[in-house]
Amino acid sequence: MNAQRLRGLMRKEFLQILRDPSAIAIAFVMPVFLLFLFGYGVSLDAKRVPIAVVVHQPTAETSALIGGLQESPYFQPRVYASIRGAEQAVMTRRANGVVWLRSDFSRRLLQGNTASIGVLVDGVDANNARILEGYLQGVWQNWLRQRALHAGTPLIVPVHDEYRIWFNPALRSRDYLVPGLIAVIMTLIGALLTALVVAREWEHGTMEALMATPVGMGEILLGKLIPYFFMGMGGMLLSVALAVWLFAVPLVGSFWVLLFCSALFLLVALGMGLLISSVARNQFVAGQIAIIVTFLPAFILSGFIFDIQSMPAAVRVITHAVAARYFVSILQTVFLAGDVWPILLWNSLALGLMAALFLGLTLHRSHKRLD
Amino acid sequence: MAASPLRFIQVGKHFSRGAARVRALDALDLNLTAGSITGLLGPDGAGKTTLMRLAAGLLLPDVGTIQVLGADTRARAAKIQAEIGYMPQQFGLYEDLTVQENLDLHADLQGLSAEAARTRQRELLRMTALGPFGTRRAGTLSGGMKQKLGLACALLRVPPLLLLDEPTVGVDPIARRELWGIIQGLKDQGVTVLMSTAYFDEAERCDEIILLHQGKLLKKDTLAAFRLPLQGRCFRVTEDTGNKRRLRESLQRRPGVQDARIVAAGVRVLCQGPSVEAAPGERWQAETPTFEDAFVDLLGTAEMPDEAAPAAPAAATADQDAEIIIEVRDLRKRFGNFEAVKGNTFMVRKGQIFGLLGANGAGKTTTFRMLCGLLPASSGTLRVAGVDMRRATAQARARIGYVSQKFSLYGNLSCDQNLAFFSAAYGLRGTWRRQRLQWAVQKFQLSDYREVNADQLPLGIKQRLALACALLHAPPILFLDEPTSGVDPLARREFWQRVNALAESGVTVMITTHFLEEAEYCDHLVLLSQGEVLAQGSPQQVRALAQDKTHPEPSMEEAFIHLIQTHENQGRRAS
Repeated sequence: MNAQRLRGLMRKEFLQILRDPSAIAIAFVMPVFLLFLFGYGVSLDAKRVPIAVVVHQPTAETSALIGGLQESPYFQPRVYASIRGAEQAVMTRRANGVVWLRSDFSRRLLQGNTASIGVLVDGVDANNARILEGYLQGVWQNWLRQRALHAGTPLIVPVHDEYRIWFNPALRSRDYLVPGLIAVIMTLIGALLTALVVAREWEHGTMEALMATPVGMGEILLGKLIPYFFMGMGGMLLSVALAVWLFAVPLVGSFWVLLFCSALFLLVALGMGLLISSVARNQFVAGQIAIIVTFLPAFILSGFIFDIQSMPAAVRVITHAVAARYFVSILQTVFLAGDVWPILLWNSLALGLMAALFLGLTLHRSHKRLD
Repeated sequence: MAASPLRFIQVGKHFSRGAARVRALDALDLNLTAGSITGLLGPDGAGKTTLMRLAAGLLLPDVGTIQVLGADTRARAAKIQAEIGYMPQQFGLYEDLTVQENLDLHADLQGLSAEAARTRQRELLRMTALGPFGTRRAGTLSGGMKQKLGLACALLRVPPLLLLDEPTVGVDPIARRELWGIIQGLKDQGVTVLMSTAYFDEAERCDEIILLHQGKLLKKDTLAAFRLPLQGRCFRVTEDTGNKRRLRESLQRRPGVQDARIVAAGVRVLCQGPSVEAAPGERWQAETPTFEDAFVDLLGTAEMPDEAAPAAPAAATADQDAEIIIEVRDLRKRFGNFEAVKGNTFMVRKGQIFGLLGANGAGKTTTFRMLCGLLPASSGTLRVAGVDMRRATAQARARIGYVSQKFSLYGNLSCDQNLAFFSAAYGLRGTWRRQRLQWAVQKFQLSDYREVNADQLPLGIKQRLALACALLHAPPILFLDEPTSGVDPLARREFWQRVNALAESGVTVMITTHFLEEAEYCDHLVLLSQGEVLAQGSPQQVRALAQDKTHPEPSMEEAFIHLIQTHENQGRRAS
């Protein structure tokens, strides 16, 4: 390892970064774009869900229930006079569910009998349907409680539930999506940056010229790793800043822990990129491989959106090979729960091992030869 | 005597391409003489680049050993690479970096101290005349300047052995001359140089020549030794009619003639023996053999198909009063503030071979693209085959064939599939289509390659296929953009025979080239420099412009350099 050669290579790389906007676009524009797309576009919360309310005979009771629905942030009720009209609305996707108050609803209630509410939920989007079901129950339980309070006859329920929601009390899905998203973005930046720039050297024939100089393979690799490490960290900091200040995701844990773990993960991602570039010597192929073997698994198998516990056993095993899985876990912990050391340590250890594996493999596979 | 700086001992190298194993080099023995310039020549695929990479330790031999400066490339590649200078075919420059930054990088890689780097860089910048361009990005330099910069990067430390892989390809004659000045200077400093080249005149400047063919060493010797067996077999033939093209055809078919090619003053003939019958009206004059003769003699002339005389030769003469088929008046093209083509005027007549010549950046390609309707002109008149190119480009395109520099074939389609695609693209149908496809396969001898993918074809065959595709719709005009750049000398000769035959059959051929000896094949030349027409006329007329006391009989290259330098000097004086 020779300091002068390494310095020369790094200076060259920085000059290229400054003059070729594509690296800057990958490191800084892409994170912003992806964060905006996912931060604003993807939400797993059900809000303002249109539902049809069928009221055969409007009374004080029914309008109180409709009022309850209207006040809830989750629903947009619309009143229909007949069940047929409401069903039609579900069929044409103008409503996601139906609440059916039959003509004898108020009468039975007033008589002290059990009144039934018909509920019909559009189950095409299974996830949404379940949420909708739960919220609907919440609405009329609330309504019942208030009504009982009003009548001075407290509702007697043998078991009383006392909810406490930890870490994300508002249950905002964005708060856990955005940190997970940072892991996906970093995977893409790290792997794409190195895979593309090394492939570019092969394409332009500069690699051949480099190899015929006294420079060593380790120096060539480090000369790539160091500049793009700083680029990647820049992209990382930008993403964190956006998460905290734009998307108002709380950062409960310590910033330095976040920085350290990110650096570790970036090494893994850059290592994957370098390993890809030792196989693919043209930018198009390198880009395709980087997206298929790093970005897609990070997206689907990291637990960023889809819960790993509910995957089939075989897929759960595969997720252990996805570096983003460990980083998603770290990020969600640091952002929402704080510095929970057992989680951070084990996941960091896994990242460290993977970084060593990928970088070691790259060094092992790279020879200063053209074949 | 010093030990040989480069030794190949029974070296063999294979590459696997898919399932097939391709032999690149076979049982090669080689020894370079210290302090000499050795030229490496051979047709495409002869193994020149493989040999260079093996010598640089970038590839390892399958069998045999290679010793560079006394070290084995298998065991001590790093030491070898620390000492030699190597310039790959693709320059190896960082296009986003300036001239100075590229030099700085290589100074760091070579471990030069800041002081030593500054001195050496100043020296190199002076030597390459790149001094004024220090802050220019390498990507914006012309081909010749890039080559010089690439060479300078390889020379930051004066290496005992310098390997140059086709350093003069794609370089205009002036830059080529400068590069040779640098290489000569290195020899005087005791550097051993091995360079591959596609130019015969460069081979003549080397102390020794290595001729490779299909991975085997055909001959390694001095120029004199190459020429010796050809004494008394080379002639220059002239005839009163002055139609060199037809004279060449006639001579090529004559028994005892091995090769006939058009040169400045007539047709040059290489005979198999000393005695060949001269036809009446021909004047035969003995000539000194050149390396090109030796090359043809050793490798044979590429075979040509049925050389049946054109159907109606009388009608197809490129008369000076034939109908005008391309008319260009006051043609201009501006890119922003930069005027690439500055009010040019010229006419092309039917059945002519019309050559567009110029240094890199002279406006050849821009002019060419406007003529083909690929680029709109900024102002001026442009009529091709009677159609105004500024209005009805689509109409005119149906009447032209175009072969671009990169051939524009579909690499993963077979020969047949490429032909079928282009015939469909030109809208050929039914019997006519079948006839044309059959004609293409037969005329361009593609029957052995019909199922082979275009990517897998040797360059020469690929070029035939590209030509066939461009001619499927039987266009009266054919545009060829640098068709011979990067093609080996044999394939180039064969290509010109085809172009001649086309012109004889009445097709007008418009061609750009930077091989100046090829200009002799043209009926009419236009010489461009900095966007302006510098000279035009027949090759004789253009050469005559450069005639003076010191050069009573200038070659096309000398004329070219003379005219351009005069023009540039005038330009400098004017500004």
